[in-house]
Amino acid sequence: MYPQNFYFTKDHEWVAVDGDTATIGISDFAQKQLGDVVFVEQPEIGKVLAVHQTIGSIESVKAVSEVFAPVSGEVTAINAELGTAPEAVNQDPHGKGWIIRLKMANQADLGALMKAADYEKYLEGLTH
Amino acid sequence: MKKTRFNAHHRKLGAKMIEFCGWDMPVEYKGLIEEHLACRHAAGLFDVSHMGEIHVTGRDALAFVQHISPNDAARLSPGMIQYTGLMTAKGTYVDDMLVYCVHPEFFLLVVNAANTDKDYAYIQSVKGGYEISLDNASDRYSQLALQGRQAIPILQPLTDINLAPMHSFTFAFGKVAGKECIVSRTGYTGEDGFEIYTLDQEPGILWDAIMEKGAPLGLQPVGLGARDTLRLEAKLPLYGNDIDDTTTPLECDFKWIVKFKKGDFLGRDVIVRQNEQGISRKWVGFELVDKGIARPHYPVFVDGKPYGQVSSGTYSPLFKKSIGFVYLPIAKTAIGTEFAIGVRDKRLKAVVVPTPFYKRDY
Repeated sequence: MYPQNFYFTKDHEWVAVDGDTATIGISDFAQKQLGDVVFVEQPEIGKVLAVHQTIGSIESVKAVSEVFAPVSGEVTAINAELGTAPEAVNQDPHGKGWIIRLKMANQADLGALMKAADYEKYLEGLTH
Repeated sequence: MKKTRFNAHHRKLGAKMIEFCGWDMPVEYKGLIEEHLACRHAAGLFDVSHMGEIHVTGRDALAFVQHISPNDAARLSPGMIQYTGLMTAKGTYVDDMLVYCVHPEFFLLVVNAANTDKDYAYIQSVKGGYEISLDNASDRYSQLALQGRQAIPILQPLTDINLAPMHSFTFAFGKVAGKECIVSRTGYTGEDGFEIYTLDQEPGILWDAIMEKGAPLGLQPVGLGARDTLRLEAKLPLYGNDIDDTTTPLECDFKWIVKFKKGDFLGRDVIVRQNEQGISRKWVGFELVDKGIARPHYPVFVDGKPYGQVSSGTYSPLFKKSIGFVYLPIAKTAIGTEFAIGVRDKRLKAVVVPTPFYKRDY
């Protein structure tokens, strides 16, 4: 269910790494908790984020959730399609529902994150 | 946690369950927006068994209901229903409620789940010398709401009650799917539809039969999430958010439930005085102009100064924008008046708009 090559946080963000580029989104568990997503607030391209700094917020009909940077770096792209089709976060959270891309400042940030198998165990602990 | 008699149905459907006022209730099944739109365009089925039902019986039943309600229960014949408030001596709300007139010596009060115990204790405390018996029958009742333009085609084949001639805010006794029920033409969505009450201890077949008839017509089960967005679009207040024991019916734009000429009732002197002097604030609908969603308790700013909080606010699945309700100073309640709502670190522009947001056209 959760992509083996992704990294995950306890706040349910995911990171996919390609060289020094990190693509960031929220996990399938997170989108299910939120329900129908209707608005995604994203940062400006060029913004420099520290670990745990707020990237933006995701609003569903019933709730709002902040998204935090799992790794540090500079925003190089935002998923502009979420402006008109925020439901992609629900429909394809690990793919078309990506939120931003960062140029990573420090590869070592990844060391604090969970791999898919650990994240799945973490989720079991939350739901049982 | 308390469970309704349809709990297994919700679990089987894979509903997302939450605790609501001590009840284990479905917040959504397939998804809030889909459920909301199914109810608007076809029909929705809601388990609302958590609602409270209080019997008021006896020689003084009518006089007692007149005492606790600002609306005029003397206008009710058997089979008629009235929307009203349960009033404090200060003319504010203990709760809002529906009053069902079974006969002049038997009234059924339908109250909010969150308030049932409080209401029952309050009603007992103001019973005084009235010759009545009170019975909190809430746990014995199950209640379903079938709401939407397909409600009659779905329900009629299942009941011996002739539904089409029933007026809004009336009820009848009859059988639904073989179970003895009260069927009332009421609801909390802005749609036509029915609320179905039963004392049967195994009412599961009601859910099954209605879903079976309704599924081909677009019926979907609807959770508490869409119940809230539906009622908000239709300008139906939610106790605890929009009205409470600090608000009067005049302030929340429900002057029509106050019948000044009917005689005395709890809080009448305060409401009469407020009516003469004029209200200083009023409950109005707003739309957010800037992008974002205004939610309950977000701070409100009028002319740059803090003025209370958003009472209800959501994303409207039908209109696809942020809508809600707020109390504003009376001078700031004209349609088109702008004010601000604090959404996290920003102040977003909002504007007073006509309500209800949604009015059915059939």
